[in-house]
Amino acid sequence: MTRKQRRLILIGGSVGVLALAVGLVLNALSGSIVFFNSPTDVAEKHIAAGTRIRIGGLVKPGSLQRGDNLRVSFEVTDGKSDVPVRYQGIVPDLFREGQGVVAEGKLESGGTLDADTVLAKHDERYMPREVVDALKKTGRWQESEGEVGGGKTR
Amino acid sequence: MIPELGHYALVLALALGLIQSVVPIVGAKTRDTALMRLATSTALMQFVLVALSFAALTACYVTSDFSVKTVFENSHSLMPLIYKFTSVWGNHEGSMLLWVLILSLFGAFVAAFGLNLPATLKAHVLAVQSWVACAFYLFILLTSNPFVRLPQAPIEGQDLNPILQDLGLAIHPPLLYLGYVGFSISFSFAIAALIEGRIDAAWARWVRPWTLAAWMCLTVGIAMGSYWAYYTLGWGGFWFWDPVENASLMPWLAGTALLHSAVVMEKRNALKVWTILLAILTFSLSLIGTFLVRSGVLTSVHSFANDPTRGVFILAILVLFIGGGLSLFAWRAPMLKQGGLFAPISREGALVFNNLFLTTACLTVFVGTLYPLALEALTGAKISVGGPFFNLTFGPLFVALMFAMPFGPLLAWKRGDLLGVAQRLMTAFAVGLAAVAAAFAIKGGVSVLAPFGVGLAFYVMAGAVVDIVERTGLMRMPMATVRMRAAGLPRSTWGTSVAHFGIAMSMLGIISAGTWGTERIVALKPTQTVSLSGYELSFDGIVERTGPNYTAQVAKFTVREGGVPLGVMEPSKRNFSARATSTNEAALMARGAGQLYLSLGDTNADGSVAIRLYYKPMVMLIWLGALVMMFGGALSLSDRRLRVGAPKPAARAALQPAE
Repeated sequence: MTRKQRRLILIGGSVGVLALAVGLVLNALSGSIVFFNSPTDVAEKHIAAGTRIRIGGLVKPGSLQRGDNLRVSFEVTDGKSDVPVRYQGIVPDLFREGQGVVAEGKLESGGTLDADTVLAKHDERYMPREVVDALKKTGRWQESEGEVGGGKTR
Repeated sequence: MIPELGHYALVLALALGLIQSVVPIVGAKTRDTALMRLATSTALMQFVLVALSFAALTACYVTSDFSVKTVFENSHSLMPLIYKFTSVWGNHEGSMLLWVLILSLFGAFVAAFGLNLPATLKAHVLAVQSWVACAFYLFILLTSNPFVRLPQAPIEGQDLNPILQDLGLAIHPPLLYLGYVGFSISFSFAIAALIEGRIDAAWARWVRPWTLAAWMCLTVGIAMGSYWAYYTLGWGGFWFWDPVENASLMPWLAGTALLHSAVVMEKRNALKVWTILLAILTFSLSLIGTFLVRSGVLTSVHSFANDPTRGVFILAILVLFIGGGLSLFAWRAPMLKQGGLFAPISREGALVFNNLFLTTACLTVFVGTLYPLALEALTGAKISVGGPFFNLTFGPLFVALMFAMPFGPLLAWKRGDLLGVAQRLMTAFAVGLAAVAAAFAIKGGVSVLAPFGVGLAFYVMAGAVVDIVERTGLMRMPMATVRMRAAGLPRSTWGTSVAHFGIAMSMLGIISAGTWGTERIVALKPTQTVSLSGYELSFDGIVERTGPNYTAQVAKFTVREGGVPLGVMEPSKRNFSARATSTNEAALMARGAGQLYLSLGDTNADGSVAIRLYYKPMVMLIWLGALVMMFGGALSLSDRRLRVGAPKPAARAALQPAE
């Protein structure tokens, strides 16, 4: 085998693996990425039912209801629109009314989000950036909000 | 006074660093040994100064000097001493100081132990090392000075983020940084080789131990971070494909590839240009990791503060070193001489295969991590790329890699016999198939693919053993010969086998915990009992406890198996008044290599308490596998061939089997 043939095999192999990887990436990107939406986006964009989305905003004060078997329902608001969310499981330690939250799950035909993941901030200095952006869009964000602690009790 | 001394020491280190960046190169150009030798002294002195600076900051934390801003923001007088100590790097400024401390430590190591390096190479390496150090000294001094004083010293500090008040903070960041920063040495060697336009097998022999040491630290650093997340976040997960995790995985993948390609270069003098490129890329990925985590581009528990000037500064460092390194590569690499020839089916070919798949896997992680950032910057659309993406991309590539892994060490250099190797691996195939069958027999698995994964892991483990058996002639030769052969085997051969065994262990743990693990979320009242995978857990009630700077609600559970009490588990919730936050302390109970895992949720209106229960079979293998990998690396590191200048005794060389 000449040097040239060997090099060809090497290059061919590399291109093959790279093509495989590109194929895998494109395939995965079309199927498994999740778009982030603010409640207003959900209200305006007509997202098809059954789509997996992520929403962020504040837990609307007065909307939190706890049911049997660790069922929780609440509404996520950005001050303009609200999205009802249903979840079963343990919510994070700092999940409170009036606090920032990110929820991910399937959007149902009635406009309710059937969430399988609920994330809250884990530090009083930290606010999910998606939430900040969603609130900034509707003008509900104040710079001080990042520092004010979540001292309110449930 | 102490913080000012620390600040001053850092400024002095910068001044020395600037000298070290220029003078040795001038010395190498003019063949002036005195100028070249200067780098040795300055590198040692830099380390002393940075260590002084670090000690000064530590002193501020330990004595709770709240007149220093970072101490005020990240410490509390009631914290236990160990956390006062670790909170030195539990914040942005301090962690960057730790970064440069380790950087200067590695520089000092090269200066002190690189006695038999050629003078010009050593001068160049230390100069490049100093460029990196200066960039980061400047970064700290200009944007992240940890020694800034407050005009009026507060009486009490704001406490360290409670999540970080854990022993994990003492282990995970230093090890991770030892890994990240350790790759700066391979980078410096690569750049020095490009400057000199000369590279040979000896170069690889100098670089390999450094890469190996960095890789070992990074391996365990990542594993410890994963274990920390596992027990502290209360979700029972150990890897979330979070961008900050990926930021540490990418240098690991590239570093693993570098480790293997350096072998080819050392043994066969081939793949030179590629090895140089990998060395540059590995450190670049470490820098990108630092950028992602430290710039505030991502919000996570790792990003302590988001000050835009810092992000821009790190980005500038990134562009300078990655851009500069790659440009130098493009300019000088064609001058390097081509190496030896080899057939596609050979040890070299197998290592090329390894490199190809590792770098491609690294590329998919890179895309998955940076694509959301790029998309948001370009279109404003926010997406999240999580587990499913990586399982579909990284997964298949890694499976191919694992399948080929046992073949590599058994193939001969230059021209190998694939069929012969396959025959020698028959036992491994058999073990793998038996494992598939056994895994299918276990009921309750959620994935059809999982048994094949288990089979793959057992096949790799058996393959690692077969390698040693073949080399020592076990089962074929008399015991005395086997013993002699085993003693004659190079340590690096043992290291390879052990490390390959380790990664298969981790893989087995990941598959097992993910597939056969059980999870329950229940609301319990005191005296109620819940069962999980054959264990009965009875809830005895909640007690309040007071810690040094927190109060805790502790739930007590008695665990029984078939009526026999096994012990008490106490998941708890800690409330930290200084920050008005709470943390979740999961309770763990080891069952063989598996674990019972309890984490406490909220108390409901009716007095019941939400509890998450997990049983994770063989989960400990994930992290034990990483420790085994590190042990394999240590074995390899102790190989006398890696100690440059130590000649091999001629008598023993005859006993070594052909490789």
